[in-house]
Parts: sequence; C-alpha cells; structure tokens
Amino acid sequence: MIKGMNSHFKIGAVITCIMLVIIIVGMFWTPYDPNQMSGSEKMQGPSLQHLFGTDNFGRDIFSRVVQGAGATFMIAFATVAIGLTVGILIGLFTGYFGGWLDEILMRINDSILAFPSILLALVLIAIFGGGKYNIILALGILFIPSFARLVRSEVARQKNMDYVRNAKLMGVGTMRLLFVHILPNIVPVLLSAIAIGFNNAVLAEASMSFLGVGVQPPDPSLGRMLNEAQTYLMSAPWYAMSAGIAIILLVLGFGLIGEGLGGERNG
Amino acid sequence: MKKRILVVVLSLIMAFTLAACGGGSAEPEININPEPAGEPVEGGEITVGVTADLDSSLDPHVSSSSAGTREILFNVYEGLVKPDSEGNLNPAIAESYSVNDTADEYTFVLRDGVKFHNGNDVTIDDVVYSLSRAAGLETGEPLVADVAGIASVEAIGDKEVVVKLKAPDTEFLAHITTAIIPKDIDPEKEVVGTGPFKFTERKVQESITLEKFGEYWGEKPYLDKVTLKVIDNAETLVMSLKSGAIDMATHLVFSQVKELSGLNIYEGASNAVQGLYLNNAVKPLDDPLVRQALSYAIDKQAIVDLAFDGHGTLVGSSMFPALKKYFVDELTNYYTPDAAKAKELLKEAGYENGFDLEITVPSNMQQHVDTAQVIVEQLQAVGINATINQVEWNTWLEDVYRGRKYQSTIVSFDAHGVAASDMLARFQSDNGKNISNFASEAYDKAYKAAVSTTDDAAQTEAFKECEKILTEEAANVYIQDVASFVAMGGDFYGYEFYPLYVADFSKIFKIAE
Repeated sequence: MIKGMNSHFKIGAVITCIMLVIIIVGMFWTPYDPNQMSGSEKMQGPSLQHLFGTDNFGRDIFSRVVQGAGATFMIAFATVAIGLTVGILIGLFTGYFGGWLDEILMRINDSILAFPSILLALVLIAIFGGGKYNIILALGILFIPSFARLVRSEVARQKNMDYVRNAKLMGVGTMRLLFVHILPNIVPVLLSAIAIGFNNAVLAEASMSFLGVGVQPPDPSLGRMLNEAQTYLMSAPWYAMSAGIAIILLVLGFGLIGEGLGGERNG
Repeated sequence: MKKRILVVVLSLIMAFTLAACGGGSAEPEININPEPAGEPVEGGEITVGVTADLDSSLDPHVSSSSAGTREILFNVYEGLVKPDSEGNLNPAIAESYSVNDTADEYTFVLRDGVKFHNGNDVTIDDVVYSLSRAAGLETGEPLVADVAGIASVEAIGDKEVVVKLKAPDTEFLAHITTAIIPKDIDPEKEVVGTGPFKFTERKVQESITLEKFGEYWGEKPYLDKVTLKVIDNAETLVMSLKSGAIDMATHLVFSQVKELSGLNIYEGASNAVQGLYLNNAVKPLDDPLVRQALSYAIDKQAIVDLAFDGHGTLVGSSMFPALKKYFVDELTNYYTPDAAKAKELLKEAGYENGFDLEITVPSNMQQHVDTAQVIVEQLQAVGINATINQVEWNTWLEDVYRGRKYQSTIVSFDAHGVAASDMLARFQSDNGKNISNFASEAYDKAYKAAVSTTDDAAQTEAFKECEKILTEEAANVYIQDVASFVAMGGDFYGYEFYPLYVADFSKIFKIAE
C-alpha cells in the first residue's frame, strides 16, 4: 500500500514540476505577447503557430494560459502564505495556552467557517474593491481558519507529550518551545494541508476571476480565461478547454502530492 | 488507486481530442435579416429573455427610469404623438396638432375612441393631468426632463389641449411622446396605458406578462401574449435561446449571435454613441492636447474589427447615424489613427513619457469590457499606461455618473427621443448630466443658439456646430454606434428597429406552420 501512495506523490510531483517550469519560463518568455491582439487571426483552432489556437481578439491562447497559470499560481501561493502564517500563529498560541483567548479566536474561526467561502470573499471584495491584491487579501483571510484549527489541535495533542515536558523542565522559554520544539513536529501534518489548501486557493482564484472580480483584463488568469471562453464554448471549444486543462493539471499535481503525503503519514 | 489515475489521464486525452475536433468545424451559417418563410398568422405567444428586471417603479413619468424599462413600457404607454421605426413622429392619442409661428404654443386635438386598458375613454382631463404631472406644473419639479419646458397646459372644450412653452422649441414634438395616464389611478400601483399591449402580471426578478389589448385604437398586434423572462446572465440567455426556452432576445452582440445558427437574426444599430468618455476636469485630461492625442492613438475601426467582428458604425461626435438630419459624417474620420502624431501631441503637452489612465467599466457590459481591452493595447503603443477597473453597475452610477469621480469610462449614451438635443444637451458646461465635465463657451453658445431658434435650417446648423466643437476639442473619444442584434426562434419574424431604445412587440408575428 505504501508503494501505491508513493506513486501518487511521484506523479503529483512530476506534474507540478512540469507546470512550475512552464510557469517560470513563462515569466520571462512566451511564444507571443499574451496581450498582443491580431484582427486577422481571430478564433483560430489549434495549429503549429498557435498550439492552443487564438481567442476572440486573436491573442495566442498558449501564451495566455502560461501567463494566466503564473498569475493564478502567484495568487494561490500568496493566499496560502497569508493563511498559513497567520493560521500557525493563532493555532500555536490558542492550542498551547487555551483559556479565554482560545475561546474567542476559535469562535471567530467558527463564524468565518460558517459562511460559504466564495460568498464571504465577495463580501470582502465589495468592501475593499476588486483587483489582484485585494483578492489575495480576501482569500488569505478566508484560509486562516482551516490552518489555525489544524495547528491548534496538533499543538493541544503535542503539548502533553514527554519531549515537551522535558524541554520545559530544562527551562526552555515558551516562544522557543512553541516555534523550535513543537512547530517542527507538526510540519508533516501541515504539508498535506498546504497541498490541499493550495488546491483550494487555485480554485478560489479561478472562481473569483470567473465572476469578474479577480485579475482585471486584459491580463490573463485561468479563471478569467474560462469566463471569457464560455461565450465561445460551441464555436471555439479549445479556448475553454486550454484554460480548464491548465487548472486541472495544477490542482491534480498538488492534489496527488497532498494525497501521497497524507498516505505516508497515516501509513 | 491506479485506476483513478487512469480515469483522469483518459479524460484528459478525451478533452484534447474534443478540442482538436472543434478546430476543424466550419463557421455555422447565420441567418441575418431573413425574409418570412410564410404568411403571418393572428395570435401566438412569445417569450422574451431580458437581462435585467424592470425598475421597481413602472411609473412612466419617473425620469430616472432605466432604458431597459422604457423600452418595454413603449408597448404599454403612449403619448400624444408616437415615433415610428423610421424616426417620424405620428399622431397617436392626439389626432392632429398645430404649432404657432413662434414655436412656443402647440395645440393638440384628441383622437376619438382611444381607450385605456381599464376600458375607460381617454378624456381631455387625463391629457391635461398627465402633461401637468410630467412637467411638474403643480409641484414645480418636472418629473420628465423632456417636458420641463412646458409653461402651461389648458383644455379648450373637451377635444383640444393647448400647451404653452417657456421658450420656443421646434423639437418639442419629439418630447411630447410622454405617456398619457388616467388621472384617477396611481401609476406606481397600477399600470394602465393606451398602448397595443396591456400589462397583466409581474413576478419580481422573474417575469412580466403583457397581453394584447383588444380595443387598441391603432393597428392591433399579431401576438396575444408576450412574456418577459428575466435571465440576468448573458451566457444563460444564449443557451436558453438555443434550447428554445425563450423565443427572443434583444441587444445581442455578434459574438453571441455567432452561436445561434438556425434562428432568425435581425441586425440594426443600438442608436447610442459608444465612447471613451473622459473626465475633462482631472489632470492630465483637462489638456485638449492630451485628449486629442488619445483620439489619434485610438483606432476605432480596429476596435470594431477586434471586439465586434466588424459589425458597428463608426462615429466622430456625440450623434448616431440614425438621426440622419443631424449626423455629420465628415467628423467620423476627423482623427485618423496615427501613433506618431499622438506621441507628438503628448510631448507638446508635457507628457513625453505618457501617463497612467484608469478606465472604469461597468462589469456587466461585456462589449464595453472588450472595447476597453483593445483600447488598453492601443494606448500602450503611444506610451499611455491604461488599466481597466471593472465595477458593479450601481457603483458606476454612484461614482461615475452621479459622483463624476473617475478618469475615463466606456459606455454608450442613447437618446430619449428622436431629437438632437438628447445627444448634445449633456455637454453644456452647467448641465447636470455632463459627466465629462466638458466646459466650452463656444459650445454653450452654439447650443443656446440651436435651442432658441425657430428656424429649422438654422437650428440644424447650430446642432452640427455643437458636434464639430465636441470633435475638435476632443471632449471624449467617440467610437461607434454598436451593432445590435435581435434573435428570434424559427417561426417568429417581423422585428423592426427604431432610431430609439425601444423594442416594439406589436409588429412581431408568427408564420403558419
């Protein structure tokens, strides 16, 4: 069984690495300028010149998918980074100290979790306004509770373990105890949560951009491209397909990694 | 576990294959402005998809009513005169009219046998009440801006009504299309008009039902029933048309029509001027040189080609071609696309390195968002760094339309009536709707001259002068009159475009099967 889990991890890692290489190359070079329009090359199907065809403005879809995947990836990355950092801090303190701070923060946590996340993100967007950075902020806030809960429960479990008691007896300070002794021990649990969280962030960005509040045109993002492509679903299916497949690959890669990691830990 | 991966891989392969198949398919045939394939029959029902529910108030005199509401109420309410699809004003509730020499007194003779939808006859009292209410003669606050120029309304006997104006206005007839309503019914609560269709049912955010009015004074409609279904998503609208869940939709753009092979498509103009409207009061757009540079930098034909598949009519000022009398075709190409010239003008204005320009666009209007994307690209070529800020329609109304807190925006402005003043009044420096904050003494003077003269030729000249000033000063970048498409399911024919923002259901008919 362990072998099977490992193959998940391997396949996921391969897909993710390929995507990452494409994204990183795309930051410096794409076959065409992703925003370059061309009246004579509108809505062309996939060909050797345009691997994924062209869109309604005659822009090269492959170049846009590459850049769009980059934008989506960056937003997902930043979102997870915010959620993770704040989530770890909250989780460590509430889990270790408990008491009224724990009560208050966890109830706030619960109330955030009680809302459908897209709805809450839309509320935040309505307050802050749209655009790339506000999306990161809004989604980042939404991602805090799930990380905080996870870290909290792990800390609560670990704090009565022998190694923590020993460290305390040796006179280790609370901060050092939390960050140097306990935190590294919950990293394995966190890793699969990060992989899954990253997936959710990719999908959340795509959803937000699909709704028109994320990345602003003419810059591409995978969700935006899906949104623009739906008008042409019948006449230019390659448009929606390209963006859709890029999302699938990003999510699939991290999903498999997450599953592989989770399986290894449990097994 | 391996099986799951296999499934994923297989479905990916399938997706790619599908995409490849799609690439080979030819463009489907689109049936534009078809000839009816049979004789019209009386009766039938049509379901029309509309993208937004009508306003909460259907009072025809509420001036803030949206164009979408006005276009539907056109079928329900009528005025003393009524425009037709050619742009002529025909007597409606009035049987005839006369104007005095100084164009400040209009006399209307009431038509016999015009009935309201509740069965009552239209009396002279109803006419006086309606016009007085719309012009705000008692309250001092006009409800309908178009008839704000009325000084008094008086009945002579029970057949004639005399309307006196505060100032001469030869275009007044175009504005007296204001609805006549029964004086004993509150239009906020009940919708009672005289038009070919009566209003029978409304389910908020869901549907509106209109039924044929059997006692209509004029040519009776073919259809028995028109149901308006609110479908607020453009893609769902197109899908519903394809599936036959709705029979008709108006205000479609070519990219949507392309998906609708097999339906009857009617192409017309939207009778509105789409433009990059600039806030002339903020830096750097307060400099005419900068605005002219923008006009040279933007290639209108390229916008039409890229974002509208070549369908659309270019304009050069705040006037659309359907108002033939006032449309000045020479202004269309006053600024020919010329990046070098644009850069030169920018340099002269002191913006050698360009500047940042924010384009605020209502996010629900895909055609304007598309236009913005092309403009961003075009401006980049001359060093102007433009960004798009998509906002909700209500935010747009609040910030741009009412607050004038914006740099530039892309929308279309239409005319209420078939009058030049509807397109030009807003650019007077003290006009409440002057969202461009355009201020030109020459313009104000030309506009005053136009509205105060009673000589038709002189007035037309003065309006044309206004248009010329708008173009020369580059008040805004006027782009095009966007092509507008109507799609109707197989058996329906007969749609007619108006030089106004209206959808006339009375001419639509079904053919015998």
